[in-house]
Order: sequence, then structure tokens, then C-alpha cells
Amino acid sequence: MNLTLKIWRQTGPNDKGGLVTYQVSDISPDMSFLEMLDVLNEELNAKGDEPIAFDSDCREGICGMCGLMISGHAHGPERTTTCQLHMRSFKDGETITVEPWRAEAFPIVRDLVVDRGAFDRIIQSGGYISANTGAAPDAHAAPVPKPNADRAFMAAECIGCGACVAACPNASGMLFMGAKITHLGELPQGQPERDARVVSMVNQHDHEGFGGCTNIGACSQACPKGIPQDVISQLNKDLRTALKHGH
Amino acid sequence: MTENTTGTNGSTGSSSPYGGLYTEGVAIADHKAPDGPIESKWTRRKFEAALVNPANRRKMSVIIVGTGLAGGAAAATLGEAGYHVKSFCFQDSPRRAHSIAAQGGINAAKNYKEDGDSVQRLFYDTVKGGDYRSRETNVYRLAEVSANIIDQCVAQGVPFAREYGGLLDNRSFGGVQVSRTFYARGQTGQQLLIGAYQALERQVAAKTVEQFTRHEMLEVIVDGEGAERRARGIIVRDLVTGEIETHLADAVVLASGGYGNVFFLSTNAMGSNVTASWRAHRKGAYMANPCYTQIHPTCIPVSGEHQSKLTLMSESLRNDGRIWVPKNREDCDKDPREIKEEDRDYYLERIYPAFGNLVPRDIASRQAKNVCDEGRGVGPVVGDFRRGVYLDFADAIERLGRDAVEAKYGNLFDMYARITGEDPYAVPMRIYPAVHYVMGGLWVDYDLQSSIQGLFVTGEANFSDHGANRLGASALMQGLADGYFVLPNTIRDYLAKVPKSDLTQDSPAVVEARQAVAERTERFLSINGERSVDSFHRELGNIMWEYCGMERSEEGLLKAIDLIRGLRDEFWRNVRVLGSADTLNQSLEKAGRVADFLELGELMCIDALHRRESCGGHFRAESQTEDGEALRHDDEFAYVAAWEFTPPSGEQEGVGAGMGTPVLHKEDLVYEFIELKQRSYK
Repeated sequence: MNLTLKIWRQTGPNDKGGLVTYQVSDISPDMSFLEMLDVLNEELNAKGDEPIAFDSDCREGICGMCGLMISGHAHGPERTTTCQLHMRSFKDGETITVEPWRAEAFPIVRDLVVDRGAFDRIIQSGGYISANTGAAPDAHAAPVPKPNADRAFMAAECIGCGACVAACPNASGMLFMGAKITHLGELPQGQPERDARVVSMVNQHDHEGFGGCTNIGACSQACPKGIPQDVISQLNKDLRTALKHGH
Repeated sequence: MTENTTGTNGSTGSSSPYGGLYTEGVAIADHKAPDGPIESKWTRRKFEAALVNPANRRKMSVIIVGTGLAGGAAAATLGEAGYHVKSFCFQDSPRRAHSIAAQGGINAAKNYKEDGDSVQRLFYDTVKGGDYRSRETNVYRLAEVSANIIDQCVAQGVPFAREYGGLLDNRSFGGVQVSRTFYARGQTGQQLLIGAYQALERQVAAKTVEQFTRHEMLEVIVDGEGAERRARGIIVRDLVTGEIETHLADAVVLASGGYGNVFFLSTNAMGSNVTASWRAHRKGAYMANPCYTQIHPTCIPVSGEHQSKLTLMSESLRNDGRIWVPKNREDCDKDPREIKEEDRDYYLERIYPAFGNLVPRDIASRQAKNVCDEGRGVGPVVGDFRRGVYLDFADAIERLGRDAVEAKYGNLFDMYARITGEDPYAVPMRIYPAVHYVMGGLWVDYDLQSSIQGLFVTGEANFSDHGANRLGASALMQGLADGYFVLPNTIRDYLAKVPKSDLTQDSPAVVEARQAVAERTERFLSINGERSVDSFHRELGNIMWEYCGMERSEEGLLKAIDLIRGLRDEFWRNVRVLGSADTLNQSLEKAGRVADFLELGELMCIDALHRRESCGGHFRAESQTEDGEALRHDDEFAYVAAWEFTPPSGEQEGVGAGMGTPVLHKEDLVYEFIELKQRSYK
């Protein structure tokens, strides 16, 4: 395959940045999208041009480190992570635009690399169950009804990649946050801190500069793990309950 | 092809074995495990380990490198105890650590199924699975704390699979006869890691843990002489600003994972590396059994020269799939569906009629490589060979129906289809072995302390629990055992006793370590040669795979050592790293990691060369039975090979590169509680 790539280059946070056009040829349809970028980087390095910076780690679709806007779609045309996208999803001769996640809360570090530290800080604000090591009762002390356990698991599949934010016209992090609220809220262990958790996480989310949910559903569409939009309903419900309880 | 080993192989008694590739030093032993019955050793050690007054804990600092299960759990736990913890990872968030990719499950001796499981049985299975090359005391403790791990994770909200009654589900895993594996679909590692990550972030909010993301450890600071030589901190590079930073502490913990990426292609993450361990090794921490690597038989094969990593599929596929290659080379590029039954070689069923396609990982892997080396592999030609064998579900689909196969293996078939673009319901899958885990790592005692005082090593980065082969669902168990329960109890003994250091940023040991890192960084950028870092890494990986992979021979290993030395020499003359040191520079990061792999690779080959026996996942061509099976030599090799680094005497001094002749220290493995046995699968 031969392709034209328009890739965002930006030397650092203070550089204005812009799209640069590259041609790649002899691309195998069996390559992953990131392997195609590896090939381009090898060519750039050989020519004396600095390779394009982009994040990836596990390349198995589970660590959440990779994430590119590919021709306007978070993680590209398929519902998967960027690392699991293969070149057979594109046509020979196609022009592909590659950009970083765009959101105020995810500042650009360099080229296609962004800083998603805001997600860590949202978790720090309450996305956990307080259970010091050694203080746990026997694992069978609190049975969990299977429907609740299954819904908790579904929400816990979130990999924290940030595609939901990148896809959202308002750069909202509410799918990410709602997934954690739902995961912990479905479990008996998560009840004692349920009210405090949602209030604290929502405050942090807004403080980081994420927007509010606008009910478009683009987040859920872009989510490589298929986290459904109803986790945002759960988030709103938990927030309303917490406020009613005087939080 | 059999051979009796009579001590003429250079592994014993000789002062300069294999033409001086290594020398043998004094024997070593673990002195921390208390005497007494194995059931009471851990209780006794916890009691005897000194305590640190809660009021003093916040004045004591601990650096933890790595945020996977072992590092994340330890950082959270020590933070909860009130110590001042500094946690480092090279990724953009602690949640990315490669523990996240583990699929299968986590073992624990809960005996919830009342099927005869116990601490004793998990201990026994793990020692046997490691082919009697692990330390009994450490493994017993691992089995002992395993049940606590499950309790802890459930309390944190880890969503393990449950039965309809609401209790936890278990399955049998990896050929074990009891159901002791807890799991969360195919994402157990992810769920356990997120549990540890959330506990860690809670401590970050509580200000007991300082978190440093996109920071890579490049040197360990060791100060003092003789008995007072201690790890006192690390030098890191802020990968965003390029700043070289100094962090001092009362103790340092390496939880930096395994080094499977020395093979370039592995199931490890792109960033997984040996640098933290190797830098510590160069400062005096012994590297134990570095040649012990685990190769997994059911991975998706390489599709071309562009391949950047490999993906594992659960080996449960071998329960119903039949493995074969064409009998004739001419058939290798045919559509497999058109190859007649009589022209197919179901080689595992043929060679191992009793176990068939369910032979252990190492045997399935080795035989796959053998048939491909014979020119009977299938799939795309990569390099000189087609490297793949068929895993065929046609019989299973006919016998069970497509729906049943889909219910059982649907997610794996989907994954395969996504990566290869082929439909495994219609065309046989192709599989090939891939490097997956390393059992070798830095040597530690019962307290998980390395041969440098104050430097502790946990998780895959240490060597202690899996011997020469790791059982399925045991890696997650070990990472969390070390992180939540073992290290926090042993490190306090050290912290209670360590004399306060007067080291500052300006002390000679610190300045020297910082300068070494700066000089090395500048060196990479100034070579300005012709070849990319990746091209060296790929070439190293090919050498390692060919000669230090599943089957090793003296001839091959000697050749590999020569090739690696040549490649390392070229690397330092001809690598091209563009850009600068004061920005995010991913080529520069990779250069440092590959430079260390180029040294580790040589040590792995030397270790493999000296271990003239087949054991665990490793087949040594010179050590096999009359019918070609692995032959272990307990009389000669029932020891841990702990290697001491010696500096080079040559031109590469000063940039933290090059290596002298390593010194072998043997730790004899004493089996007091378990009897040694040879395994057989015919």
C-alpha cells in the first residue's frame, strides 16, 4: 500500500505545531497502524529527521497508553485501540491525518504525545476503596450478586486511554469517571465511600478543565472497550443522591 | 545423542571455564530465612524483623522503581504504613505497567472448591513446576501468603469472576489438578493492577507517596565501603524535560519487571526493559539464572519484518485444537484446507501419544521450532523460514458444533481475526512460540534484599520463586505477594537498623553517578552513526532467539557470544540517535535500554553455556535422554547461578558500558521438604 500521511508535529508545549505531509510506500496490510509509524520513523531517522513521538506500550489493546486521532476518529475507523488497528482497514492511496488527543485537560507534550495526568488526579480524588493492606476480611465474607458483579466488571474494563475525552465535542471526562463510579458503586465494598467519592471526583474533573456531558454519545462510540453511556447516568444519579444526603 | 556428564564440561573445578568466559567465585547462601519447620519460618521472620516506630516512619524514605503489581502494591502498602515513598515509572501513568496485560488468572491456596488444595500443595506444585531450581523457603512463603492476596484484592473492589450464589469462581489452570485460579475473564492482570493502582493513588492523595511518571531510573547510588556499602538513592531522567535528577532515600526497591525484550520480539510491552536491574547489577547486585526464560507456545506468528511485538493467546486453545504441519515442504504454501489428511503431520500427537497436543509449554514450543527449522513451517516467510504451525479447529467444530467452539474460544478467535485478518473458523489458525516471561533476575535473599544492602528487588525483576519454569497464574501471585505482604515486612527490619546517611546532592558518590548518566546520554547523541537503535535491537533479538532460545548448544552459544560482542562494538560506533537530551526523545530512551540489553544478552549466553543440563523450559542439546527428552543433572546443577559483574578493562570505560569477565557464585539449593523427581510426558 502507498499512503499519504498528514501528521501533527510539535516540538514542545510552547511550539505552535502543524501538520506535516509524509509519503509511505510498500506498507503491508498486515501491519498495525503503529508498526506503519515505526516504518516511517526508521525512514525519517535514516534521512536525519527526528522521528515522530507517539505513545504506545503493550500493543495488545489493554494498557491504554496509545491513542491517536486518525482522520478525525479517536483510535481510527474501527472500534479498537490504535495499537490494534491494522492497515487493512485503509485503502491504497488514502490520505490519513494523524493528530494527538485534543483537550484542554490533556496538554500536548510533543508531536502526538499528550499528558493525561488529569486522569490520575481524578482517581486520587476518590476513585478507590479505602482498604489498607492486611485489613481485609475473608474474600467470601461479602457475596456479590452476579448481575452486580458483571456490571462492575463491565465498567472496570476501562483502560484510561482518553479516547472518550478526545471524541467528545466538549472534551468531557464523564465516561471515564462514570465507569469508575459504576465499577465501585456496584460492589458492597464500595458503599461506605459512595457519596463522598462521586462529589470529590466530579469536583476534580471540573477543576482539571474537562467539559460537562452533552449527551452526544461520541464517547461511548469511540471507547475501545465499549463502556456504555449509561455509566454517565449512573454518575449523575449517584451525584444527585450524594447531594441529597447533604454532601 | 546422550552424554554422561563427568565434570569435563568446564562447569566445575576449572579456573577459567570455556576459555575464560567466566570465573568461579565463592559460594553464597541465604542467611535470612530462620531455622525451624518450613511452616513457621515466615511467622518467625516477621516476629524477629525489627519494627519502626510509627512516628519515625515518615522520616524514612523508600524509593520504588516500577508501578506494576510488585511495585504498585509495595508503594501503596508502605505509604499506608506511613513511610515517605517515592514511586517512579517510565510510562505516563502507573496504571500502564505491563502487569496489566496478564490474561489468565492468579493462584491462591484458598481451597474454596474443597478439592484437596492447601498451602503445602501449592508449594509442592510450584517447586515441581520450576523443575526443582527454586528456593524452598521463598516458595513456601509465596504459597502461604497467597490466600491473603485474594482477600486484599476483593476488599479493594477487584471484580473477580463470581458464581450465581455471589461467591468467587475458580478454575483449574496450566494442567494443575485443583481449581485454585481466581480470574477476571481474560483480564485478570488488568483488574489486579488497577486495584493496586487505586490503592497507590489513594496514598498519593494522602501525601505519603510522591509519584513520578515519565521518569526513568538510569543509575543507582551506592555509598560506603565493605560492610557499610549501601544503596542510597537513584539517578533518573525526566523523560519530558530531559533533566537528570537525583533522588536520595534510606532504601531502594526495584520492581522494574522482566527483560524478555532482550529477544526484541516478545509478548512484553514495548517499553519493558532491563535497565534498572542492569544498572544495579553493574554496581554489585548479582544477576541470578539470567538464562531462565519462559517461551509460550500459542502466540500469533510474525507477519513480516515490520513486526514490533507478539501477542499471546491462551493456551487453553490446545484443549480442542490440533497442531500440525505439512509432511512435505512443497505443501507449505498451499491452502491448508487442500492438504489431504495423509499429507499432514500431527507431530505432537505422533511423538507424544499420551499427552498429544497438551504436552507442557516448553515441549510444544521446541517441537514447533524444530518442524519450522526443517522447512515445514507455514505462513509468511520471515527471514529464511516460514515460522508458524497450524492450530486446527476443524475437527472440534465438526465434533462440538461451531456454536460450542465459539462459546468457549470466541474472544480468542476474534483477537486472532483482528490481528491476522483471517477467519479461524474457516482456515486453521497459525501459531508460533514467543518469549513471555523471565524466571531469572536479580539475586535476592529471603528478605528480598539483593547483594547490595538497602537494595531490594520484587516481582519479575527478582529470581527467587519460579525456578527454571513458571507455572501458569503464578506471576500475578508472586508480584502481589512480594508487594503487599513480603517486602513491607522485611524492609522494616532494614529501615529500623540502617544508619542515617549524610549523603547530599553534592557528595562524591552522588555527583559521580549523576555525571555518569549525563556522559552516557551525551555519548549516545554524539556517535551519529548509520544505524537506528531498533535495527541493533532487532539483530540482537535474532541472535538470542536462535541460540539462547528454546534449545541451546555449546556451539551455538559460543557463536552467539561472538556475535553479540561484535554487535555491541558496532552499536557504540555506529548507532544514530537524533535530537537532543533536553526534550522528550524516544530514540534516546531506547538507546539506553538497548545498550543494556547488549550486555545482558552476553551474560544470558554465558549462563546458558555453563548450565550444561536441560531443565525447566530449557533444552540443552548436549543433555538429553536416549529418546531425545530433557535430562536434568541434579548432582551438578542443583544451584542458583548468581553472577557478579566485573568492569571492563578497555576503551568503553567511563560511559557505563562494556563488561569484564563475570564471576559465578553458586547458591546450593537444598531440598529438605520436597523430593527431587524427573518429569516424563511420553
